[in-house]
Amino acid sequence: MAKSPESEHPIKAYGYASRDTSGVLSPLTFSRRATGEKDVRFKVLYCGICHSDLHFVKNEWGMTTYPVIPGHEIVGVVTEVGSKVDNFKVGDNVGVGCLVGSCKSCQSCTNDLENYCSKQILTYGFPYYDGTLTYGGYSDHMVADEHFILRWPKNLPLDSGSPLLCAGITTYSPLRHFGLDKPGLKVGVVGLGGLGHVAVKFAKAFGAEVTVFSTTPAKKQEALDGLKADHFIVSKDPEQMQSAAGSLDGIIDTVSATHPIAPLLSVLKPDGKLVLVGAPEKPLEIAAFSLIMGRKIVTGSAIGGLKETQEMLDFAAEHGITADIELIPIDYVNTAMERVLKSDVRYRFVIDVANSLKAP
Amino acid sequence: MAKSLESEHPIKAYGYAAHDTTGTFSPVTFSRRVTGEKDVRFKVLYCGVCHSDLHYAKNEWGVTTYPVIPGHEIVGVVTEVGSKVEKFKVGDKVGVGCLVGSCRSCESCSSDCEQFCPTQTLTYGVPNFDGTQAYGGYSDHMISDEHFVLRWPENLPLDSGAPLLCAGITTYSPLRYFGLDKPGMKVGVVGLGGLGHVAVKMAKAFGADVTVFSTTAAKKQEAIEGLKADHFINSRDEEEMKAAASTLDGIIDTVSGNHPIVPLLGALKPNGKLVLLGAPEKPVELAAFALILGRKIVAGSAIGGLKETQEMLDFSAKHGITADIELIPIDYVNTAMDRLLKSDVRYRFVIDVANSLKAE
Repeated sequence: MAKSPESEHPIKAYGYASRDTSGVLSPLTFSRRATGEKDVRFKVLYCGICHSDLHFVKNEWGMTTYPVIPGHEIVGVVTEVGSKVDNFKVGDNVGVGCLVGSCKSCQSCTNDLENYCSKQILTYGFPYYDGTLTYGGYSDHMVADEHFILRWPKNLPLDSGSPLLCAGITTYSPLRHFGLDKPGLKVGVVGLGGLGHVAVKFAKAFGAEVTVFSTTPAKKQEALDGLKADHFIVSKDPEQMQSAAGSLDGIIDTVSATHPIAPLLSVLKPDGKLVLVGAPEKPLEIAAFSLIMGRKIVTGSAIGGLKETQEMLDFAAEHGITADIELIPIDYVNTAMERVLKSDVRYRFVIDVANSLKAP
Repeated sequence: MAKSLESEHPIKAYGYAAHDTTGTFSPVTFSRRVTGEKDVRFKVLYCGVCHSDLHYAKNEWGVTTYPVIPGHEIVGVVTEVGSKVEKFKVGDKVGVGCLVGSCRSCESCSSDCEQFCPTQTLTYGVPNFDGTQAYGGYSDHMISDEHFVLRWPENLPLDSGAPLLCAGITTYSPLRYFGLDKPGMKVGVVGLGGLGHVAVKMAKAFGADVTVFSTTAAKKQEAIEGLKADHFINSRDEEEMKAAASTLDGIIDTVSGNHPIVPLLGALKPNGKLVLLGAPEKPVELAAFALILGRKIVAGSAIGGLKETQEMLDFSAKHGITADIELIPIDYVNTAMDRLLKSDVRYRFVIDVANSLKAE
């Protein structure tokens, strides 16, 4: 007989969970495994709210097992380490992102690309090696294998840095992988939300000339004054789009709502790359000619491996890159989810877990 | 008043032209310019029949100006060179492919990618930027600026080498550009026609393990025994496609009929590349997740620059790569077009121009 979340493991834990497709979160007492020899256990200080959390709690991707405790932008302080842990000690500040396990032997894992391992284990809602479900960072503490723990850089703020663990790596990785990280390149960012605003910051830090594409003209000032983007284009304005034709080396498209990509392809130079990091529900339609003429590329990217995530955190610390956040108590989370749905946040909610999540 | 075909230019020429959207060819007398100081004039020996010739003859892309004399896989012998021509002399064997002009100063031209020049001049069918028509290789002789003339390698057959000028560069270029030219790479080729059969030969010459995808089970023997492909997969067979999941580094898709590309994406390893060379009429459809999970690429490619085309010819000569052809007299061209529409050729028609095209 299946054990309940509370009795499944020996160590008591508590958090906020969604129990059905309404996606409404409420307190849940559950349990976590004892600290294994390669495990790092840490008290959660902050956890960013990613739009994926919202998709998951409502089972919009059809893969949710309830109850689900989301949260994969988790920052905390180490309380216990296993006997074979080499890189961390009690008191260290650490982070955990979207992955807590992988097979560690396939070609992807061997190349530090655990995010493309076919047996990867997500931080929440996924079966762990022992068959039990993983629970994420909307909780009092986490335990994870050392390999999947990130060292928190000294001068990186814990609260506004936490969204980097998903939004940060998701935008940093394709900028590096697709060669859009060279000074002077012309890079577009589509959508100015959790992912988009961080993409602008990274692209600027790489020395790019950045164009923000948005359907919301009101975002122009924030894009140019707030985020220091170089240009702002209303993507629904054909004239503005025409003026940018054939001008960009690459585009990071963060928008998850259905939107036409043909106009974005036309803004690329020959050999330009359109990288999708948002996942629209409806299939995209691409006229083959729009790729053939100009040898253009459409591709996608999902988070990054652990090595690159660490590199991204260190880069962010060095360049003073954090997310723009609204810090909230955990009991505000349902309101926050509704506001995320309406894009009513500049630009990421972060849950002040340690100061607001109380033991039941 | 517009000049007639015959009086447009000072030098008489003759060939076969299509005059309307039926695409039916008949003899025509026309004219070409005198040999300018940078021009190379040559007698046409052979000209390959490319499926693009058929599209153009019937104005299927809506850009045709009639009468159209197609042919952009042209091989011949030099009869006259301009005073400033340095690389060629009378008697040399030469070729001309899909381009006869470009601006020579833009970023693309400066990086030997004339195929991306916004003011490129195609070998036939579309008016030049100076307003005059360009006429292709279904004719007695050609004239072209030296820069767009290829030196024909000593030991490359003139007739079976002609199709390399379009089909060859169109498949060679993406294999090189997308890094699929390393020994041991696993490369797929979709479609076994004019482009496809040359793609297999090029990929094998690069040392790849080649899988041919076809909807025609009967092509298996030709693929494996004739072209030395390593594997053959019936792309309509779900089981065979499933067995190939996540195995390929890249796929060259030569098919211009509408076909689903999601199963092809499934055959790619993480970071794999699907390169579209054929241009299906309907837009291709794909779910963003198919690209995001595995950072896969969909790209397009078209011919190549002049420098790379020369490199491809030299590579082909070195490795004994030619097209599999059916040599035809020029008055067979209408039948050849009918057969081409039915894919009834193994694998390219080549017109024996010098021996069959008679002056009016």
